[in-house]
Amino acid sequence: MMDRRRWLSGLAVTALGAALGACDKLTMNAGVQKGLAQAEGLTRRVQRLVVDRKALAQEFTPAEISPDFRANGSTAPGDPEYRALVEAGFADWRLVVDGLVERPLSLSLAELRAQPARTQITRHDCVEGWSAIGQWTGARLGPLLDRAGLKEEARYIVFHCADTLDPNAPEGLGRYYESIDLIDAYHPQSILAYDMNGGPLEVKFGAPLRLRVERQLGYKHAKYVMRIEAVADLAGIGGGKGGFWEDRGYEWYAGI
Amino acid sequence: MPPPASTLVRRHSLVTRATHWINLAALVVLLLSGLQIFNAHPALYWGDVSTFARPWVAMFAGERGGEAVGVTKIGSTLFETTGVLGFSGNEVRGFPSWATLPSYRSLADGRRWHFAFAWLFVLNGLVYVSAGLIGGHFRRDLLPGRDQLAPGHLLREVSDHARLRFPKGEAARRYNALQKLTYLAVIFVLLPMMVLTGLSMSPGMNAGFPWLPELFGGRQSARTLHFISAGLIVLFVLVHVAMVLVSGPVNSLRAMITGKYAIGEDGR
Repeated sequence: MMDRRRWLSGLAVTALGAALGACDKLTMNAGVQKGLAQAEGLTRRVQRLVVDRKALAQEFTPAEISPDFRANGSTAPGDPEYRALVEAGFADWRLVVDGLVERPLSLSLAELRAQPARTQITRHDCVEGWSAIGQWTGARLGPLLDRAGLKEEARYIVFHCADTLDPNAPEGLGRYYESIDLIDAYHPQSILAYDMNGGPLEVKFGAPLRLRVERQLGYKHAKYVMRIEAVADLAGIGGGKGGFWEDRGYEWYAGI
Repeated sequence: MPPPASTLVRRHSLVTRATHWINLAALVVLLLSGLQIFNAHPALYWGDVSTFARPWVAMFAGERGGEAVGVTKIGSTLFETTGVLGFSGNEVRGFPSWATLPSYRSLADGRRWHFAFAWLFVLNGLVYVSAGLIGGHFRRDLLPGRDQLAPGHLLREVSDHARLRFPKGEAARRYNALQKLTYLAVIFVLLPMMVLTGLSMSPGMNAGFPWLPELFGGRQSARTLHFISAGLIVLFVLVHVAMVLVSGPVNSLRAMITGKYAIGEDGR
């Protein structure tokens, strides 16, 4: 009886191990990955179908602002260029808007603050599962892009950041970047935030400028934005998937 | 020729059988990939946001005598759960590797599995529910008869169940009231709850349907209820499989595969 029990439990452990191994192998199989990734397109299309393009993300009251908003990803970038900007109080910092635009821009923080702005209290949802509520003030992305004048063939807006999040990555792949399409770029709540909870953005939250794209998960909200580039497709940038985390297997459409 | 000891009746339609097994496959993948996603932040909260210092449930690693231990906090009580929750396989992780898909830590892969199979789960569920409404499966097979809902009858069913006595012969032709009520609760409350609490966590859906997370008390409450509902489904499956085993596994399995169910003297 004891032997049988041991034999059976041994069998169960072996079977479980085999099943786990099979699942991991399946996960690493390129064909399976491609099949599973189909769901992303389906989710994006259906969400865009049932949710109005201009529908606003939930907004909250000042009393609901999280006292313990968590900083994630880069929180103190060590990149020398960025350190120099911090030390100068971002006096020399410029936001570059270029790519497929009629009038490339280079804006100081003061010039950005003079742009049409919006303040919103929204919930930040991290892909890890946690949420925090914060108040954000920033230049609306739509009017800024209109000022630069998007060319006909522009399809995506890419945000190039100052922080290297993966120093071990091959040249050009360790730096943070993100991208959104024009639907989200022209959404009224899409802003380049310079203030958080009524004060200037802190370094750990992306000073001096971060993106807020409220209908998607936290990793889309690029911090330390240096340059905004309008492009026709994402293939030539970074790993080609449209973002630092996208290049590492995360969905480009992070509305879920 | 001797009379057959039992008669075969047609118990499950093709749609019920097919959707049952597809649902099982989807739920297994959703559970394991869901635990992978949970492991990215193994803590639960109530309300709209995460109160990081005061989670309702949290799994983490502690230390005792120089050894790492797994700790699970529920409410204000701490449990040592080394090897299963908080710390297992020599690493800090919520659920152990045998309970997650993939077994190694990968939030990105967990999400890919989860959302692909969430679509399968929803589409499969829609096929089942539409067929059940059109074909009368719910009305005919799952809605308890008035006789079954009489208090005396229900009490007797509860005591029969507790003693693992199952309906035999003619009475086995239909589900008993406890079975019907449980199936209805799972099909129309628990499984839709999974979908709705899941969608409540989607920032994209929140913009179009802001009342959805509020229905559950906020996004983090929805996440907590998503976790609890998943636990209730696991509980249902355990009881469901136990009932199949004690009431005649061959007959029940055959019924869910071929559709044919034997009713005889002993109900087997």
